[in-house]
Amino acid sequence: MKFLRNFLDKQEKHFSKGGKFEKLFPLFEAIDTLLYSSGEVTPGPSHIRDALDLKRMMMTVIYALIPAVLMAFYNTGLQANLAIAKLGEAAGHGWQAAAISWLGVGFNPHSILGNMLFGALYFLPVYIVTLAAGGFWEVLFAVVRKHEINEGFFVTSLLFPLILPPTIPLWEVAVGISFGVVIGKEVFGGVGMNILNPALVARAFLFFAYPAEISGDKVWVAVDGLSRATPLAKLAESATPHIVAWKDAFLGIVPGSMGETSTLACLFGAFVLIATGIGSWRIMLSILVGMVGMSLFFNVVGSSTNPMFQVSPMWHLVLGGFAFGAVFMATDPVTAAYTNQGKIIYGLLIGIFVVLVRVVNPAFPEGMMLSILFMNVFAPIIDKIYINKNIKRRLLRDAA
Amino acid sequence: MLEHYLSLFIKSIFIENMALAFFLGMCTFVAMSKRVETAIGLGIAVVVVQAITVPVNNLIYHYVLVKGALSWAGLPDLDLTFLGLITYIGVIAAMVQILEMALDKYVPSLYNALGIFLPLITVNCAILGGSLFMVERDYTFPESLVYGVGSGLGFAIAVIALAGIREKMKYSNVPPGLRGLGITFITVGLMAIAFMVFSGIQL
Repeated sequence: MKFLRNFLDKQEKHFSKGGKFEKLFPLFEAIDTLLYSSGEVTPGPSHIRDALDLKRMMMTVIYALIPAVLMAFYNTGLQANLAIAKLGEAAGHGWQAAAISWLGVGFNPHSILGNMLFGALYFLPVYIVTLAAGGFWEVLFAVVRKHEINEGFFVTSLLFPLILPPTIPLWEVAVGISFGVVIGKEVFGGVGMNILNPALVARAFLFFAYPAEISGDKVWVAVDGLSRATPLAKLAESATPHIVAWKDAFLGIVPGSMGETSTLACLFGAFVLIATGIGSWRIMLSILVGMVGMSLFFNVVGSSTNPMFQVSPMWHLVLGGFAFGAVFMATDPVTAAYTNQGKIIYGLLIGIFVVLVRVVNPAFPEGMMLSILFMNVFAPIIDKIYINKNIKRRLLRDAA
Repeated sequence: MLEHYLSLFIKSIFIENMALAFFLGMCTFVAMSKRVETAIGLGIAVVVVQAITVPVNNLIYHYVLVKGALSWAGLPDLDLTFLGLITYIGVIAAMVQILEMALDKYVPSLYNALGIFLPLITVNCAILGGSLFMVERDYTFPESLVYGVGSGLGFAIAVIALAGIREKMKYSNVPPGLRGLGITFITVGLMAIAFMVFSGIQL
């Protein structure tokens, strides 16, 4: 490892001021701090010192996401293999199926390794395209605007593929993440200065610009032409709701976006984020409370025409992107409310809106993405209200 | 019946938000959203003016302009709807003037709080848009009252949210060419995407 350090140190002169590749310094700096921890320490008399910097924070989120990624591999492969087992091997075309045949792995839905491999062949290209296209804009903005490339992008670029369906065309992935990174984040000045979650902006952009490839019945299983709705979409259209077993939905072996299906994996992520103090438990808990309260309210009100009114909170919890959004998306410290009371209001309203959209909005079967974006818009004003309240309270206390 | 008004109210606030679904009143929306306090002032002014002008225009439309409304005066064939646009503008301007004078006389604190916004929103297209939507959708008088308050509230919520975001954005490092109005328009566009959460709700 010493060799690598020496190599980097030797190269540094080319990238620092006056060097040959002066303009590419952000790129060099990013590689250096990615491999080693940042060499910069606070020189001034700062009072608070902590090992937790932005880099470690972002990497913790990535560790928390690992189970969701593994489930994305497994479930994507499993759903495709189940479909192939049903429809015959001819159904699985595309280079992924060809690669699986060539490797001789076979399309056995009971083989965990086979499923993982098949799923990885779908997930990894999407991830690589996200990294390449999003990374291109990151580097371009970093070079032109002379700021550093930030680890925040790794989180965005890992979250984004996880909330896409497996059949998404790769060019759309590139367009989506470009919109998310440039309009959602970089025009505001980069990491920490954006107002909406960039990964959700990217997905919302794709959702409204190319609805055929990201919603409906045909996109959730990586086999051509197979129509299999997500359980949530099925709930909305039929009065006999529980087509999948609750346990399957909890484990995440149902059709859906690649990483969002498994509530179990999200619970692991929630545990890591809360234990390390990086994700706010206030937000996660209040989203849960808001969701439970609102769905119980709908259960009590009832409706003769809309079967969604009867869906219990247990099902709202495990279906769709609820758990994934609550754990990884809503807790984004940049776009969420940052006062403690504000976080509770913010979370409660997300939970309420999710159920509201799922139940009464026939246009979208799932409401997590847009509910979080909607509350991101209102997070600053919620904070403002609580800050003003605090100011008032302290003024009163001082006056007394 | 109450349910009908409630759904109209919700619809006019969120689903058909004046600012973020129809993009009406953009000039005031963008210009007056630098600080939350001014945005709240503007929001209150819009709610008050909408709540007065839409029902008044509704009365004028139904009892003066629409065909046959003047039959009591012996003019059953007279159709004055072509005068609609100019009448509504006139009514809005007059109402704002009267409201301003009344506030100045009786509630000076509110008058001072609203300040310049009251005369300013005379020319706000969201206000005129409210009256025109009311005519187009053939609202009855109570409906127009609900719609006026609701659409005003929708505008107020949107402008206050935008002001909150813009106050937070003071700490952002926006590229020089986009500072000011440019980034505000991008923000408004992103807010509109977020407001799409309500599109499609049937009430």
